[in-house]
Amino acid sequence: MELTFYIAAAVAVLATIMVITRFNMIHALLYLVVSFLAVAVVFLTLGAPFMAALEVIVYAGAIVVLIIFVIMMLSLTREDVEQEKAWLQPKLWLGPALLSFALLAELVYLLVIAEMPAAPAAASYVDARAVGLALYGPYVLGVQLSGILLMAGIVGAYHLGRQKKKVIHRFLQEKEPQKERSAAI
Amino acid sequence: MTTIPMETGLLLAGVLFMLGLISVMIRRNIIFMLISVEIMLNAAGLAFIVAGNHWAQPDGQIMFIFILTMAAAEVSVGLALILQIHHQLKTLNSDAANFMKG
Amino acid sequence: MGELLWLIPALPFAGALLLVLFGNRVSRALVSAIGVGSVGISAAVTLVLGIQYLSSRPAFIRQEVWQWFDVAGFSPSIAFHLDALSMVFIFVITFVGFLIHIYSTEYMAEDKDYARFFACMNLFVGSMLMLVMADNLLLLYLGWEGVGLCSYLLIGFWYKEPANGYAARKAFIITRVGDTAMAIGLFMLFQHFGTLHIQSISTEAAQVWSIGNETALIIALLLLGGAVGKSGQLPLQTWLPDAMAGPTPVSALIHAATMVTAGVYLIARMHVVFELAPAAMMAVAVIGAVTLLIAGFAALTQYDIKRVLAYSTISQVGYMFLALGVGAWSSGVFHFMIHGFFKALLFLCAGAIILALHHEQDMRKMGGLSKKLPVVFYTFLIGAASLAAFPLVSAGFYSKDQILWLQLAGENGNIWLYLAGLLGAFITSIYTFRMVFLTFYGEEKTHVGHKPTLAITVPLVILAVLSFAGGFIELPHNFGHVVLFSDFLAPILPAVTMVPDFNQYEWMLQLLAAVISLGGIFIAYLFYYKKPELIDSIHRSETTMAIHRFWHSGWGFDQLYDTLFVRPYVYLSKVNKSDFIDSIYTFIANATQGLHQLFARTQTGVMRNYVAGVVVGAIMILTISLLL
Repeated sequence: MELTFYIAAAVAVLATIMVITRFNMIHALLYLVVSFLAVAVVFLTLGAPFMAALEVIVYAGAIVVLIIFVIMMLSLTREDVEQEKAWLQPKLWLGPALLSFALLAELVYLLVIAEMPAAPAAASYVDARAVGLALYGPYVLGVQLSGILLMAGIVGAYHLGRQKKKVIHRFLQEKEPQKERSAAI
Repeated sequence: MTTIPMETGLLLAGVLFMLGLISVMIRRNIIFMLISVEIMLNAAGLAFIVAGNHWAQPDGQIMFIFILTMAAAEVSVGLALILQIHHQLKTLNSDAANFMKG
Repeated sequence: MGELLWLIPALPFAGALLLVLFGNRVSRALVSAIGVGSVGISAAVTLVLGIQYLSSRPAFIRQEVWQWFDVAGFSPSIAFHLDALSMVFIFVITFVGFLIHIYSTEYMAEDKDYARFFACMNLFVGSMLMLVMADNLLLLYLGWEGVGLCSYLLIGFWYKEPANGYAARKAFIITRVGDTAMAIGLFMLFQHFGTLHIQSISTEAAQVWSIGNETALIIALLLLGGAVGKSGQLPLQTWLPDAMAGPTPVSALIHAATMVTAGVYLIARMHVVFELAPAAMMAVAVIGAVTLLIAGFAALTQYDIKRVLAYSTISQVGYMFLALGVGAWSSGVFHFMIHGFFKALLFLCAGAIILALHHEQDMRKMGGLSKKLPVVFYTFLIGAASLAAFPLVSAGFYSKDQILWLQLAGENGNIWLYLAGLLGAFITSIYTFRMVFLTFYGEEKTHVGHKPTLAITVPLVILAVLSFAGGFIELPHNFGHVVLFSDFLAPILPAVTMVPDFNQYEWMLQLLAAVISLGGIFIAYLFYYKKPELIDSIHRSETTMAIHRFWHSGWGFDQLYDTLFVRPYVYLSKVNKSDFIDSIYTFIANATQGLHQLFARTQTGVMRNYVAGVVVGAIMILTISLLL
């Protein structure tokens, strides 16, 4: 079981590295699916099978499919890949990577110095039943808020996604009227 | 059931989070930035799961469900915004949307 | 009785309101009718009330119109108080004011701001009436400030001339100095008594404070400050000569009926407080004595006929202060009344002369007017005789003689005050008849244009009769001993405590005063009529000319205040042009703006930078929390 965890963890990290280094969006998304599936395996090894299922269905399924649909709508071409390559200069990597590594180093340091209390004797397996009971027990308010959030997301996506009438913010109009006109043509 | 130490799980979450963070900082393509944010959210959820299972409590998983919900809503709104930006600016370069710079 | 009391101040106010609202849209005849009529009816009401008052002799009549406000136990009302003292003032204000209004209809006939003039005049009379009829000191202060405002409006009436505006501002600001002192005095009175009701203060003050109490002294001095400012006494007298910038009827109103006498009224009204502070009384007397001398000498050297009269007013009000200062309250008020008559008369005569000579005010360019303007001449002569205290026949003789007599016969007087008063009387008769001889005798120097008609001559004659006969209601012990006036005031104002066994000297002092007055007239006759070359010889000497210039400028008070206050103030304001207190606030604004510009630069519109900023912030916070 431990071995499974480490393999899955390694796959997840590698797949993520691949995601962030790809120039082609579809490739990146495929690696992203791999990464999500690996994380799902990690969930299984940690004893959260329900979450593993959700990870596969929602992240690897719904969200990635959504992004793919959008990418298809934008009808990207080979030039966009070249553009992506041009944008991703190595000198751009250095600063952010250093910053992130500093952050990671601090996290690791914190993990090392923290005195981890021993896990409880009981098995660390939490089944879907316990989750469901807690979700609709103490956390029912959170469920309702999530519902409102999803509702807002639907309304927001509908509102922002409409393209029948060109909606240009007045700031944009005033600032770059000519550009907008050419865009309209 | 397992003896995987919590530190290891949290370390994995940290590494994933960091990778997402690097990507957000280096990418100009706004879709890539959205993907990176998803990675980071996933990493955060992983940390919750690790901690929740360490204590054998369902709370961690419930947090993950909330993060999942939030990620779904975020992606839908984010993609709608991306469509708008692409429609209006004819580009996916996030730097192009800098009309309100100081 | 007393139901009509509120009408007395209300009518002029109503007239002013009507004229302000509709004055420019109605005919001049209607404006005159409203302006003169309101004061006239007010005078008629005064007459009715006066007859009622004299026949029944109550201590006082009080009429509360409404409650002004009520805050934390302080509840002044709009209430009017009529007693003998306010009766005298109301009488002078309404009647003399009425005559001046009639006079103004002709004097101002050519002016295009006819309605504005009468609106301000009505407001002036109304404010002054409110001042003298007020039941409490707050209402009195309202009238007091109203008078100040109207003086500003009227002195600067011909506002297109910058000098007039300057004179108006000067009058307003200088009297404001006194008003501030008075306001502080009122605060202190309220602090001690919890009320500003005059009657309550008068009764309580005598019980709470003993004679010589320090608080009473401070309050009395503060009230004196207000009185000095309004009455143009030393050291705040400099505004009054410049106040001549206004039309002549305004000068007559300011000097005879309103404004200048407000200080006299205030001191007489608050005499209880002053009696508790002998040092303040002494201050009143000394101020009066010094002022009457200084103003007298200044009047000797003026050429502008109105400025002579202005200085003579300062000097005569000095006499009133002198009387008040030795506790001769009713004598002070008596002199106020007589002075109101003859000073109004003199100003109106001067106005008639000025009008006749095409607005020429310089006496050196006048002369020989006794033939051309006979009515003005004879009335002016009566007024001048009264001012110079011409023995036996003039009213001024009786009022002034009483004051001088009480300087010696009264317990609080002393020989120095008497001598100052006597010297002042001498100077007074010199400058008065200098004015008469320069103006009416000698050869004619300016062509006479406008001949006065009835609107001018009738008020002159009435005032002349009053200046002549007004004195006979109060005659000294040794001839007649008529005490109608002091009896009338006796319930309100206590009599002077006399030095025992002094009465036998009275005739000597009267003789001395008469000789002094006649001597002054003779000197004026000698220098300005008989032998004008004497004056020329005086003018040739350098030292006398220096004194002449010094006196002409009003003893250099203007220059003194200019160097002491105006110049340092102007200098400071120049140095502090961009207000250093403001710089604190501008610094805050500038710093905010600078920071805004600084942070606006960080808003690059590049999202990656923002994320990097967040990361750097997270690292910093983590590092700090680790290190701590």
